[in-house]
Amino acid sequence: MNDVAIIGVGQNTFVRFYPGSVRELAFEGFSDSLGHAGITAADIDASVVCSAPEYDLQRSSAGVFAEYLGLNPGPTFYVETLCSSGSTGLKLAYSLVKSGLHDVVAVVGFQKMSEISSAETQERMGRGADIQWESPFGTMMPAYYAMYARAHMDAYGTTPEDLAAIRVKAATYGQLNDRAVYRKAVTAEMFTDPENMISGSVASPLRVGDCCANADGSSCIIVASAEKTKSFCDKPVWIRGLGSASAPVNLAGRDLFTGLAVARQAASQAYKMAGVGPKDIDVAEVHDCFTIAEMMAYEDLGFAGPGEGRDLINGKETYLDGSIPVNVDGGLLSKGHPIGATGGSQIRTMVLQLRGEAGEIQVPDAAVGLVHNIGGVGLYGNVTILAR
Amino acid sequence: MGKKKEKDERFRKFGTVSFTGTTRVNDFIDHLEQGRVTGTRCESCGKAFFPPRADCCACRLSKMEWFDVQGTGRLVTYSTLAFGPKGFEGDLPYTIALVDYGEYKIFGRIAAGIAESDLVIGMTLETKTNPLADGRINYVFHKA
Repeated sequence: MNDVAIIGVGQNTFVRFYPGSVRELAFEGFSDSLGHAGITAADIDASVVCSAPEYDLQRSSAGVFAEYLGLNPGPTFYVETLCSSGSTGLKLAYSLVKSGLHDVVAVVGFQKMSEISSAETQERMGRGADIQWESPFGTMMPAYYAMYARAHMDAYGTTPEDLAAIRVKAATYGQLNDRAVYRKAVTAEMFTDPENMISGSVASPLRVGDCCANADGSSCIIVASAEKTKSFCDKPVWIRGLGSASAPVNLAGRDLFTGLAVARQAASQAYKMAGVGPKDIDVAEVHDCFTIAEMMAYEDLGFAGPGEGRDLINGKETYLDGSIPVNVDGGLLSKGHPIGATGGSQIRTMVLQLRGEAGEIQVPDAAVGLVHNIGGVGLYGNVTILAR
Repeated sequence: MGKKKEKDERFRKFGTVSFTGTTRVNDFIDHLEQGRVTGTRCESCGKAFFPPRADCCACRLSKMEWFDVQGTGRLVTYSTLAFGPKGFEGDLPYTIALVDYGEYKIFGRIAAGIAESDLVIGMTLETKTNPLADGRINYVFHKA
């Protein structure tokens, strides 16, 4: 009754510098999703636009995009939860459809991180956390995740080599993804070669190779009611579980440093709503903005016990032919991380997997998939469970 | 026309670069200048807050008393930055850290001069005020 499906997904080819304006960038992901769904803009009732506005020069982009994408006079809504904006947008679209307010909703995610100069980007990065009490000490996003990495290493004996193994896996699949920015092989040896850029320290113990990079990109997810899905789509992917949580922004307000509390809480909610557990997941997309983030996700989502994430990666269990394939599209580490477009890109990969359309990275008979999308350093967390 | 009231922007002095001018806990800066690192305690429920808060969300009250951070805490985690945001280039490399005092935790920086190799998670540290150039001020963690 009143189920909600995803009937089409799209994204552009993520790039370092998109040679166009933000509305043109948004059009690329949107248009790709319409083609995938086999519908037109006229079939869409409402839209949700997702981005991190500190990178945007255009104010109130939702209103601007509604016109450019051909969605006037339908209503449009803007959401922001930093890097998890896309999956927050999906949750809003689900609610709009589930409530009966709208039948077909487009979730448009975008970020043109090159819209502002690198000096401006550096300035914004300094304001990425609690600006009153943390930023005056000179904090950066990688340093926060590095603090989690340090705590994880101390508690469980996780090593920098374990983290490097996650990047090596990401690069294995990133080379196959024609929508990814970084498509070169990465080896464990690169992390120990002082001449190689990959081995340079960013924020100890994280090195350049442990970090994803900025990108420009757009994505779009088309969500529809069961009734509309019947008429539009013969391969729907159903939204079965949605979990979300928030946590104190200042690390001083937190108690857990070997995992992200928001991920654990969101996963628990999503598993319960979907009536499944970690063992039922056939394929997962997790928020690997840094290698340690994927390591913690293994444990926070229940794919591995506390401290056992290293066994999962070293045993290659998260590779395509392992027991729980994770980020076999290359992850953020390969695709790049255009903040507002990232969640939509993760959902896109999962929908293609569940429709059997993932090509070289197809997990055979994938029926249940999980998407883990984190905003800030565990400030926001969304876990979404999809099934065909 | 009345006289224009001057803005209380004492918090501009906090840290290498401050992104906040005015807060209702601006007295924190005066305390730093007196050599004290302080938090607030809700007068109703007794909960201690660091960083200091002007309001207790549990009691929905804004009656707070200041307390001094005293004694030692334990190092929870840390990281040394090789790159910093705009305005922090001159400080590099520096180590940010979290210290647990039991009733509250403190996010800050390890005192300059302590090598990263000397840090061990769980070690005891104390928090001291730290005057910076141009009248600015913050606090840092020292070995106890």
